[in-house]
Formats: sequence, structure tokens, C-alpha cells
Amino acid sequence: MRRIILALVEDKPGVLNRIASMFRRRGFNIYSLAVGHSEVPDMSRMVIVVDNAPPNAVDQVTKQLDKVIEVVRVEDITELPIVTRETAMIKVRASPATRGQIIEVLDLFKGVEVADVSPNSIIIEMTGTTDVVESLLALLKDYGIIEIMRTGQLAMVRDSQLPD
Amino acid sequence: MKLTGGQMVCESLLREGADVVFGVPGGAILPFYDYLTQYPKIHHVLVRHEQGGAHAADGYARVTGKVGVCLATSGPGALNLTTGLANAFMDSCPIVAITGQVSRFAIGKVAFQETDVTGATLPVTKHNYLVMRAADIPRVLKEAFYIARTGRPGPVLVDIPKDVFTETADYEYPETVNLPGYHPQTVGDPAQIQKAAKLINGAKRPVILAGRGVLIAGAMEELRLLAEKAQVPVVPTLLGLSCFPGSHYLNVGMMGMHGSAYANIAVDECDVLIGVGCRFDDRITGRVSDFARHAQIIHVDIEPANIRQNIRTEVPIVGDAKSVLRSLIPLVEPAKRSEWLQHIDDLRRAHPLVVRDFGEAPSTQHVIQQLFQETHGNAIVVTGVGQHQMRAGQHYIFDRPMTMVTSGGLGTMGYEIPAAMGAQLGRPDALVWSVAGDGGFQMTVQELATIRDEKLPVKFAIMNNGFLGMVRQWQELFYEKRYSQVKVTGPDFVKLAEAYGMLGLRATRKEEVAKVIRQANAHRGPVLVDFQVAAEENVYPMIPSGQSVKELMEDTLPGLEPTRR
Ligand SMILES: Cc1ncc(C[n+]2csc(CCOP(=O)(O)OP(=O)(O)O)c2C)c(N)n1
Ligand SMILES: [Mg+2]
Repeated sequence: MRRIILALVEDKPGVLNRIASMFRRRGFNIYSLAVGHSEVPDMSRMVIVVDNAPPNAVDQVTKQLDKVIEVVRVEDITELPIVTRETAMIKVRASPATRGQIIEVLDLFKGVEVADVSPNSIIIEMTGTTDVVESLLALLKDYGIIEIMRTGQLAMVRDSQLPD
Repeated sequence: MKLTGGQMVCESLLREGADVVFGVPGGAILPFYDYLTQYPKIHHVLVRHEQGGAHAADGYARVTGKVGVCLATSGPGALNLTTGLANAFMDSCPIVAITGQVSRFAIGKVAFQETDVTGATLPVTKHNYLVMRAADIPRVLKEAFYIARTGRPGPVLVDIPKDVFTETADYEYPETVNLPGYHPQTVGDPAQIQKAAKLINGAKRPVILAGRGVLIAGAMEELRLLAEKAQVPVVPTLLGLSCFPGSHYLNVGMMGMHGSAYANIAVDECDVLIGVGCRFDDRITGRVSDFARHAQIIHVDIEPANIRQNIRTEVPIVGDAKSVLRSLIPLVEPAKRSEWLQHIDDLRRAHPLVVRDFGEAPSTQHVIQQLFQETHGNAIVVTGVGQHQMRAGQHYIFDRPMTMVTSGGLGTMGYEIPAAMGAQLGRPDALVWSVAGDGGFQMTVQELATIRDEKLPVKFAIMNNGFLGMVRQWQELFYEKRYSQVKVTGPDFVKLAEAYGMLGLRATRKEEVAKVIRQANAHRGPVLVDFQVAAEENVYPMIPSGQSVKELMEDTLPGLEPTRR
């Protein structure tokens, strides 16, 4: 099961290393990681998604992350009402003959754009939940995926306590 | 004021009251050692190995409550510190380590003696810094000392490139720190404290499990008041020894793998267990599912990550032990609990700590008991790791706080010499006895030269059993006595003492033990006593690793005399 951990951290050298170490020492895999500046000056916000880790162990890691001096706030938000998104860039084999079919597939999805068209491939850019990104990838598989680049999950707790 | 980076470090050390520092110079930290000559108020102890420096700072910290300081050069020097840092990290000892690093332009270029020291020490420090500008030194050192001594204390390492020591910048030591992610919670949640009081008031068979956190917080008096008011027996952990008077009628003695049977049984039978400043590690709990089976557990600790790390907890209280106990005492009702206390006394009688007779040769138990008698319980006892350590925990009675100095969490052999040196420097007037193993002693023996140079009157009691005794015991009990690499030889320890300019003494028979201890006590300088103890003595009671009180092994051979506890 995947757990989503949200952290606000000081933007300083070595912080990422300290955080990653907490997972490494237990042999947990970081499924995805997204980091960037936050609304607070000199603070970054980070979303860490871990998979195959028992929930109580993640709870322990979360407490240990809080021990890292530069971690200002950290929370396991898996069970909270959250909005999640990620962006993927997908380079797919596309000859003039298959290009049309691929575009038809893309039309089934929201948040998709063609970022580049080359003679033998196209680059598709898509933003959505991880599940939707996964289903697009599944549909594109047969055309021949050359390269995938994903941002990792972004996540935010919604103030309206409505179900997603 | 304009100063060089190296001068700033010295000024900052003085500001923090670090008048004794332990180190070894080298290439990358040379400029610092040059500036050090301008600061005669800083007493630098030249150790013979950086591990010794870190352990000395640790021992110094444990007996004074102050931050210990150690220094090393880059690469091998800094790496030699790591065992000492890990030791301090596990046992919550405040240390600031300052290491030289190669110059900024050389970092990352595989320069001579370059090691990524902040990387290498990341898992064994509470925090660490690589300082890339002299202007940052005052802030970083202020933070380093603050982080080391507050919250759950621990080691902080500051790595400074060689050319930063010589860079000049404005020096002003900050009065405060600004650490947005670091706010140790010292005051416990009143609602939780209420709940704890209710549990205690309703308890029939409560026990307090007291750890090193009580000593760190200086909560010894509060612990005594709580225990006496509510008539709750106190069981110290190995690291908690000396936090509650050993001869107090409510002190049940150490529990855990080699704790007394009665202390372990008391915890097994209790209905409310109040853990204060301890972290319920596996040497205490054994098999977690069987630990304190009938108890509701209250856990007071300043480190939130320690709570529910190993055991279920009904009432977690994050806070400083002193502050929490102060709030708790008025809410706790005076009680008698005579039945429970009587029961514990009965357990004591039914399961005494037995002292085995080995004929002519003294047992380690016998030596420790004599040491207690001859020092009237007034010594600071430092130990190594192994059988002798457990015997010291069982048989020395600690009535004064911060008088037991032992490596608990990491179990670092070789701790006994440098930690004793640090303890003696921290408490120059105290009688410091280091109870050493013949194995561990040989791991840091070079510090005897430092002890002689510093004219420290440390007394060493080597429990010379010719074995890596604790490992031999495990091989005897769990590997059908197939001894594998546990027979250990040593030098002639008396000659060794003489070679280091110390008084060397020896006892081979029981009758000689008290006499040589008296002789050592009377000698003004350092003394080494080679106690040739019985070779194959086993430490009992013992709860084998991962088992419970049900599997507790007691020494039950005939011809045993109960101890005088
Ligand atoms: C640095 C280190 N290496 C190995 C061990 C494993 N170990 C634990 S106790 C022990 C034997 C200690 O022998 P000695 O110092 O003679 O003490 P004794 O048990 O005989 O009293 C060993 C090897 C350790 N704790 N620390
Ligand atoms: Mg030995």
C-alpha cells in the first residue's frame, strides 16, 4: 500500500539526503518524490510517496522525519481528503500512419497535450491523478513507449471536507 | 569584531563554557590548532586516538551534564570519531565534535584525506554541519551547542574546511537560535498527565521504570517525591542507574536481560507501568508481546519518536521528565500499597542475586561487592561492555546521581578507559573507578598515556577472566559450548601499568581483593589493578535475547549464598 507524506522543510543543502536516509536505512522504496519552493520564503514543500511499507512503520518514519532539524512539519496525509496530481511526459513511437490513432486515444483523456511531433515519435504531456496517468500509459503501450518522465505525485489537503 | 574562523571557534567554545576539549591535530585542522595557542583558557587534552576523544567527551558529559567537546582532523581523524559519536547518539549524550575538512576548492576532488564527513556521520549524529563561510561559524556553533544539550541530547558535528579557519569575518556570538523545525516539547499535555494520575491512583501494583532521561532532566528529586508519595517501587534501567538512590527501600534494582529476577518479575506482574525517560529497548523488554503483560503503560519521554516505537502505550506524555513529574506529583494521591511492597520483598527473598563461590579465585561479583564496600558507594563507576558491566550494574549500589557511566545503547567495548578519563576531568575531585574487561581494555589502551600526562588519578579494575566473557557465555549457553575465538590473552597488566607510569597491582585470591582496593584508593595517582577472576563465571539472571521473564535463567546451583542487598 502506498502512503503519501507531506513535509515542509528548510531549503538548505543536505536536507534531501537526511530525509531519504530515513527510508533507505529501513529498506523502504520511495515510489515518487516531488520537491519545490513553498509559499514560505526559504522553505520547500515535499511530497514523498512510499510503497510496500507497513503503515505503522511509516508512522514511525514520519516521527523520525520530524526529528530532522530542518523538517518544520511532516504529516502522513494518505487518509485525509486530498487532491493529487502528477505530470508525465511520454515519448511514443508514432509514424504518420499511427499518429492519428494515438491522437484518438489522447482525446479520451483530460489534461493531455502534444508537446512535440517528430517524424517517428511524439511527446505527450499529461497532468492528472496517478491512476489516470497509469491508464493512459497502458493504452499507449502497444504503440511503443520510448521514454517516460514523471514529476511524482503532488498532493494538497482540501479545505472543503468533501469526498474527492 | 573581526576574527578568523579558527579564532571564532575558540571564542565560541569559551562562550559555551567548554573549557576542556579532547582532540588530535592534523593537516586540515592545523590552522585551528595554531589559533588555539592564543587561548590558554581552553584546556586541550591530546588523546592518542580520536575514538578516545569522543568517548572522553561523552564521559565528561555524563558526569557533569555539560556538553563535551572533541576535535579531529579530516578523513581518518573524523572517521575515528564515529564510534564515539554513535555511542553518544544512542545514550543521548551531548557532544559537539569539530572536524577539519579539506579546503573549499578541494572538496569533491578526492583530495588527500578528504572524506564526506557530514555524509558519513549522518546516521550517528543528532545533527551536523558543513560550514562554508567563516561568517557562519558563530551561528552554527551556537546552534550546535543548543541542539546537543536540548530536547533529547545528542552529538552534533561541525565540519570546517581548512581555509575557512583562516578566513576573516565579523564575529558576534548570537544570543538566540532560529531553528524553525526544532522546538522540543518540554511541558507535558495536562490532559494526559491527568489521565496518568488517574491510572496511578487506581493502580494496585504500579512500577516506575526509570531511565537516563531522569538524569538528563535532573528529575531525581521529583522521581523520589512521586515514588514516596504514591509508594511506587522504582526499577532503573542500566542507563537509569543512579537516578534513584540504590539503597532506597523503594528501589527494586535494575531490570532487563541481566537485571534481577525480582525486578523483572515485578514488572511482569505490575498493573501500571510508568516509564520515565527511557525508550523500552529490546534489552529491557525482551519479547515485546510478553513484556508487562498485565500493565497499562504510561510513557514519559521528551522524544516523540521514542513513544510507541517498541511497545503499546496507553498514556503517552511527550515532555521533559522534571516538568512532567512536577505536574504529576500533586495529582497523585498518597497511598500505602503495603501488600504490593511486601510481595516485592518476598520476591527479593525468593530470588536473590546469588554470589557463586569459585574457590580461591575471586568472582567478578565478589570484586564489585568489595569495591562497593571499600569505596562506601562514593565512587563514580565507569564500565566497559560485557559480563563485568552487568555485574557492576547488579552489585554496585549507586546512591548519588550521575555516578554510573556505561555504554548502554551501543555497547562499545573500549569505552572504559577514555570515558573514565573524561569523567575524571569533569569531576576532578571524585574517586573514579573504571571496571574494565580484559578484552575491552585492549581496545583503547593507548589512552593510559593521556591519563598519565593529565595526571588523572583514575583507578582501573580489570576483570581479567582471559575471555571475551559475555560472548563466551552465549557460546556456552546457546552454541553448546563450542568456543569460537573467545579466549583472549593480554599483556602482563602490572608491567603495562608500570610502562605507562602508573601503579600496577594484582589480586589472584579472594582474600587479596579488599586489600588491593584499599591500596589503590590510597594512591594519589592512576592505578591499574589486575583482578584475576574466575574464568568461566556466567552472568545470571539472564533473559535470553528475544525471550521473556518466563524464560528467565537464574543461578540455582547448590552452595549459593544470597547477596547482602
Ligand atoms: C567494539 C565491540 N566489539 C565487539 C563487541 C561484542 N562483545 C560484546 S561483550 C564482548 C566481550 C567483552 O570481553 P571483556 O571486555 O573481556 O569483558 P567480559 O565480558 O569478559 O567481562 C564482546 C566481544 C562489542 N560489544 N564491542
Ligand atoms: Mg574478559
